Amino acid sequence: MTAEVGTTAPAAGTEQPPGKRALSEGKRAERKLAFWLCAPAAIVMLAVTAWPIIYSIWLSLQRYDLRFPAETEFVGLENYITVLSSPYWWTSFGVTVFLTAISVAIEFVLGFALALIMHRTIVARGLIRTVALIPYGIVTVVAAFSWRYAFTPDTGYLAQLIAPDSALLTERLPAFSIIIVAEVWKTTPFMALLLMAGLALVPDDLLKAASVDGAGPWKRFIKVIVPVMKPAILVAVLFRMLDAFRIFDNIFVLTQGAQQTGSVSVSTYNNLIKGLNLGIGSTMSVLIFITVAIIAFIFVKGFGTAAPGSDDGGKR
Amino acid sequence: MTMIGTATPRRKVQWSLLDLAVVIYALVPVLWIVSLSFKTKETLNDGNFIPRSWTLQSYIDIFQTTEFLRALVNSIGIALISTLIAVVIGTMAAYAVARLEFPGKRLLIGVSLLVAMFPQVSLVSPLFEIERALGLFDTWPGLILPYVTFGLPLAIYTLSAFFKEIPWELEKAAKMDGATPAQAFRRVIAPLAAPGVFTTAILVFILTWNDFLFAISLTSTEASRTVPAALSFFTGASQFEDPTGTISAAAVVITIPIIVFVLFFQRRIVAGLTSGAVKG
Repeated sequence: MTAEVGTTAPAAGTEQPPGKRALSEGKRAERKLAFWLCAPAAIVMLAVTAWPIIYSIWLSLQRYDLRFPAETEFVGLENYITVLSSPYWWTSFGVTVFLTAISVAIEFVLGFALALIMHRTIVARGLIRTVALIPYGIVTVVAAFSWRYAFTPDTGYLAQLIAPDSALLTERLPAFSIIIVAEVWKTTPFMALLLMAGLALVPDDLLKAASVDGAGPWKRFIKVIVPVMKPAILVAVLFRMLDAFRIFDNIFVLTQGAQQTGSVSVSTYNNLIKGLNLGIGSTMSVLIFITVAIIAFIFVKGFGTAAPGSDDGGKR
Repeated sequence: MTMIGTATPRRKVQWSLLDLAVVIYALVPVLWIVSLSFKTKETLNDGNFIPRSWTLQSYIDIFQTTEFLRALVNSIGIALISTLIAVVIGTMAAYAVARLEFPGKRLLIGVSLLVAMFPQVSLVSPLFEIERALGLFDTWPGLILPYVTFGLPLAIYTLSAFFKEIPWELEKAAKMDGATPAQAFRRVIAPLAAPGVFTTAILVFILTWNDFLFAISLTSTEASRTVPAALSFFTGASQFEDPTGTISAAAVVITIPIIVFVLFFQRRIVAGLTSGAVKG
């Protein structure tokens, strides 16, 4: 807005007849500059994501095992049939969906609580915001090791506290709970920060008015805070869902995917590094990409303008 | 802020308790790994939260292995270079997004958003193959490339939000007062833009510093393995020793920069993380 006013005003003021032409030339120069400024970023992003994913589609149509490179050949959709009919894939897919759903749900509740605390506390607000950032910043692998050792029999304080006689990380359901704990611990602050930014947009007057009208804290929360925060909530949940779907680090360190606790990312990694089967690995890559694209599409379609990126004018 | 009720002593106590819960939540796992790193070999497996006897032995051990030192150099070098590149080209693009009118703007924003949500694991197989063909596998550039790529959306979003807030009229005013364009940029715009650029650099650094998936799949030796990846290959001082102490010490070392950033730049990090996502 301000930029337009700034550039057009002097140009229009100096020359009358060719004013229009000068303006369009200025516009052209502006476009050219913008193009050159954006080109490096666009090229890097496309070269490192679009090209590999297209290459991945090509690889997924081949039989390509690095241990038997001589047997490489075009096999069409055979790899997809292999993967989609394998219980191994569906187990890890189910695990990923399960972990995503549970952890995002818990993170949302905890994150909202944390956001409210950070936003409203009257004691040591700066300290709380600083401390809450630590899980966000810490290296996931470091945190995962902390949780692993905490639940290692004998070594860990939590293992002794909760179940002194069993190795929790080697049983499926307890292992899931520990993975979820690790994931929730690490990412709740991020969720909380996004929600806190939304909380800051809730007008105090509105809350006051509601409270004068006799709305209790819970009613104010449901009827006033949540509706105003809807865009922030959607952004936070969408980002976290897509992020949770990629879960890898925590599982890798905590269980290495043993006892059927591997996510799709862990399976793909294992397939590539341990199996060296690029054809199958690429097929999994493509399938994960499609799944994530579908989740994002549903969100953007379902919630329309509330989706991130659709408001590029800073209208809020 | 205190919209209902005031800061009565009772409310203060209530809030203090809630604050305390947050502090415990955030710090316990960190303190646990710190505790493990200071335990002696004899007490390592006693399960006590606070070490009974303290030692620096684990730290001395890791700094005597090339395995850790090399990984630390890799981590620092790769993270700094990736951050620098991502911030420089991100700044250029963000300036265009915030200040210029051009047809591909929405497309660029859309692409950044897609990249931000991209499942990284989908890139592991093809990048593994492409980088082997190009000779980039297990090199610094082999990791810097994906890091720059995933740092860029963050940089563009955060920086364009910051740039939209800058009062650009000041530049014009400086020129009217006789400053050259270079002076106007250096004296007026650069100081205003610096905090945003700096914040973005911290966020991109944290993102890069954190990565495990690429670090473990696109490297195979000490040549480019970063600390998070190296940790999972750690052994103790000798091959057959339990690595718990050394892993913990190494983990604490790579946590220090994060804690420093968080302590000194909390406000900026919060502003940076939320500006891109909500005001967008």
